[in-house]
Amino acid sequence: MLDNLEILVQAPVITVDLVLNGLLVGAIFALAAYGMALVWGVMNIINIAQGEFVMLGGYVAIVMVGYGLHPLLAVPAAAILLFCLGWVLYYSVIFRVVDRDLFISILATFGISIVLQQLMNTVFGGDVQIADAKLGTVFLFDGFVSLAQVKLLAFSLAAILGAILIVFLKRSRLGQAIRATAQNARAARVLGIDTNRVYAATYGLNAALCGACGALVAMAYTIHPYIGLPYTVRSFMIVVVAGLGNIGGVIFAGLSLGAAENIAGFVFGAQYQLAFVFLLLVAVLVWRNWRLARKREYLK
Amino acid sequence: MLHHRKLAIAVMTTACLPVATALAQSDETITLGAAVSLTGKYTTNGEHTQRGYDLAVSKINEAGGVKVGDKTYKLEVKYYDDESTPARGAELAERLIQQDGVQFMLGPYSSGITKAVAPVTEKHKIPMVEANGASRSLFTNGWQYIFATLSTSEQYLTGALTLAAENADKLGKKPEEMTVALAFENDPFSQDVRAGVLDDMEKLGMKVVIDDQLPRELNDMAATLTKTKALKPDLLIVSGHSKGAATAVRQINEMKVNVPILAMTHCDSADVIGKFGEGAEYTLCATQWSPTLSYSDDLFGSAGDFATLFEETYGYAPPYQAAESAAAVQVFADAFTRAGELDPQKVRDALSQTDMMTFYGQIKFDETGKNIAKPMALYQVLNGEYKVVSPSNFAETSAVVPRPSM
Repeated sequence: MLDNLEILVQAPVITVDLVLNGLLVGAIFALAAYGMALVWGVMNIINIAQGEFVMLGGYVAIVMVGYGLHPLLAVPAAAILLFCLGWVLYYSVIFRVVDRDLFISILATFGISIVLQQLMNTVFGGDVQIADAKLGTVFLFDGFVSLAQVKLLAFSLAAILGAILIVFLKRSRLGQAIRATAQNARAARVLGIDTNRVYAATYGLNAALCGACGALVAMAYTIHPYIGLPYTVRSFMIVVVAGLGNIGGVIFAGLSLGAAENIAGFVFGAQYQLAFVFLLLVAVLVWRNWRLARKREYLK
Repeated sequence: MLHHRKLAIAVMTTACLPVATALAQSDETITLGAAVSLTGKYTTNGEHTQRGYDLAVSKINEAGGVKVGDKTYKLEVKYYDDESTPARGAELAERLIQQDGVQFMLGPYSSGITKAVAPVTEKHKIPMVEANGASRSLFTNGWQYIFATLSTSEQYLTGALTLAAENADKLGKKPEEMTVALAFENDPFSQDVRAGVLDDMEKLGMKVVIDDQLPRELNDMAATLTKTKALKPDLLIVSGHSKGAATAVRQINEMKVNVPILAMTHCDSADVIGKFGEGAEYTLCATQWSPTLSYSDDLFGSAGDFATLFEETYGYAPPYQAAESAAAVQVFADAFTRAGELDPQKVRDALSQTDMMTFYGQIKFDETGKNIAKPMALYQVLNGEYKVVSPSNFAETSAVVPRPSM
C-alpha cells in the first residue's frame, strides 16, 4: 500500500490518469443518479430497478449494433424506448405504490428489477456483451494518461443531458409541474395539475436517463443481465450524499465518487475499492449529522 | 474397438440365455439424475452441460447401451432446472434421490451449485460424477461420492507460468527474475485459480508485484491496469469469469497496457475474438479441452470427431463445458460395466478405480475424486483463432512471446 502511494508521489502523472478516468466513470454514475434523485424527490420512491433500466439501455445499444447501426444512435433510441417503458410501468405498477409506505415501493421496484433481469437473461443469455463504438483512445504525457474517446464522449453526453434536464425542469411547463408536485402534491392537484401524469412523466424521464446511461455503459464497459446492482447502489449513494433536488450536487458527488474510487483502488487494491466508497458514505453521513446537530442546538 | 468386442461378447452371452429374459432386458434403463441451470445466470453454460450429457447418452444408446453383468441397459437422464441457485440445486438433488428414486447423479453447472449438491449425494451415499465444478474446495471435505472429470481450478493457469518460465530468455531474464501482476475476482473459483498460480510462482521463484482482487460487481479495472502500466510486470494474469476477461481485454487495449505475457481464463466464453478482434491477439487462455487436441476414444472417436458431431447436432462448436459433461456420462457407463451390478456402493467403488482414455482426455481419479490425469490446455489467440500452445506434447504451435506491442 505504501509502495503504491510512493508511485503516486514519484509519478504524479499517474494520479492525473486516475483522477481523469475516475471523473469519466463518475459522469456515467451521475447520469443514473439524476434519475434516482428525480423519482425520489418527486414521488418519494426509491427505485431499486434503476440499475436494470441502465442494463436495458445497454441491450438497446447491443441490439442496434447487431443490426449494423452505430451505437451512438442507441443513446437517443434507448432514452425514447425506456421512457415508454417507464410510462407503461408507472401505469401498470408504480401508481399503486406512489402514496404508500416507502417499504412497499422498494419491494415493488425490487420485483420489477428481478423480472427485467430474468427477462433479459432469457432473451440474450447470461454472457457479457459489448457494443463497440470503434473509437480510439487519447494518450497524453507519453501514454501515461489514457482517455478512451468513448468515455470522453459519455462524459460530455452526461454533461449535456444534465444541462438539458436542469433547463427542462426550470423552464418547461411539464418541468414546472414536476417541481410543483414535488413541493406539494396535494396543492398541485388543487391547482389543476394532473399529478398522475406528472408522476408517469417523471418515472419515464428517469427510465430515459438510465437508458441513455446504459447505452453509454455498453460502449465504454460491459453489459450483462446482472450488471444493474452496482448502478442502483451508486446512484443511491450519490443521491444520499448530494441530497434531493440538487442536480448540481448530484453531478459533483458523482464525479468525486468516481475519482475517489479510482484512487482508492490504486492505493489499497481493487478489493478495497468498494469498501472505501462505503466508508466515504458513512463519513459523509456522520459529518452531515454532526452539522445538523449543531444547527439544532442553535435553534434551541 | 475393445468396446465393440465386449459388446459382441455381450450379445453372444445374452443369446445363450433363455429368450424370455433376453427380451425383457433390452427395455431396461438406468436413470441418471441431474439438476442443471436452464434459467438464471448460468443458462448458457447449463445448456452446454445438458447437451453434453444428452449427446453422450444418445451415442451410448445408439451403440447398444451399457452392459452391466449379463444385462444390457439403455441410459436416460432425468433433468430439473436449478434456476442457477445453489439452494434450489440441493433441493432438487434431494427430490431426485428421494422421490424419483435416482441412484446415480450427474453434476450441475458451476462450483457453487456442485458444492450445495454434494452434501446431499454424500448423505444418501449416491455417487455423483460432475463435470463443471472445478473449485478445489470440493475435494477437501473428505467426500467419498463425488468424482470430477475436469481439471480443478488451481491447475487452470499453471501452464501459463510454465510457458513464461520456458520463454524467460526471450525477455532477457531468468525465470526467477520475472515479475507477475495478478488481478483475480473475489469469488471462490477465481481465488482457487490464484492459489494455484501463487504455488507455482513460488516453485519457479517469480515475484508478485500486484495482487489485486476484483470485486464481483466491478466492470472497470482502470485502477489495477494503471498500476500495471507503472510497474511493468512481465506477466499479467487475469481471472474473473467472462465478465473479467471482456473487461480486461477491452481496457488493456484502451489503455495500451504493454505486458509481454497476458494470460486469463474464460476468453472463449467471453468470446474475446468475436468482440475485440485484433485487440485479443496473443492473449493466452486457459481451457479444459480443445477440439484440436489429439485425444480419442471408441465411442466418439477423436476430439475433433466429437466437435463435428456436436456441431451437426446443436449448430455450434462445442465449448469445453459440453465436452467434459459428455465425458462424465462415459465415466458412468464405464463404471457400470466394471461394477457388474447397479448397487450404488459398488458403482462408487468402480468409479474410484476409473482409468480410461476419452476424447476429452485421460480420466483417473485420486482419492478425493478429482481427475489427476488430464492437464489443462492453454490457447493463444493467433490471427483471430485459438491455437493450442500448451501442453507442449499436444500443442498445435508454439507460443508467441513476448506479445508484440500493439
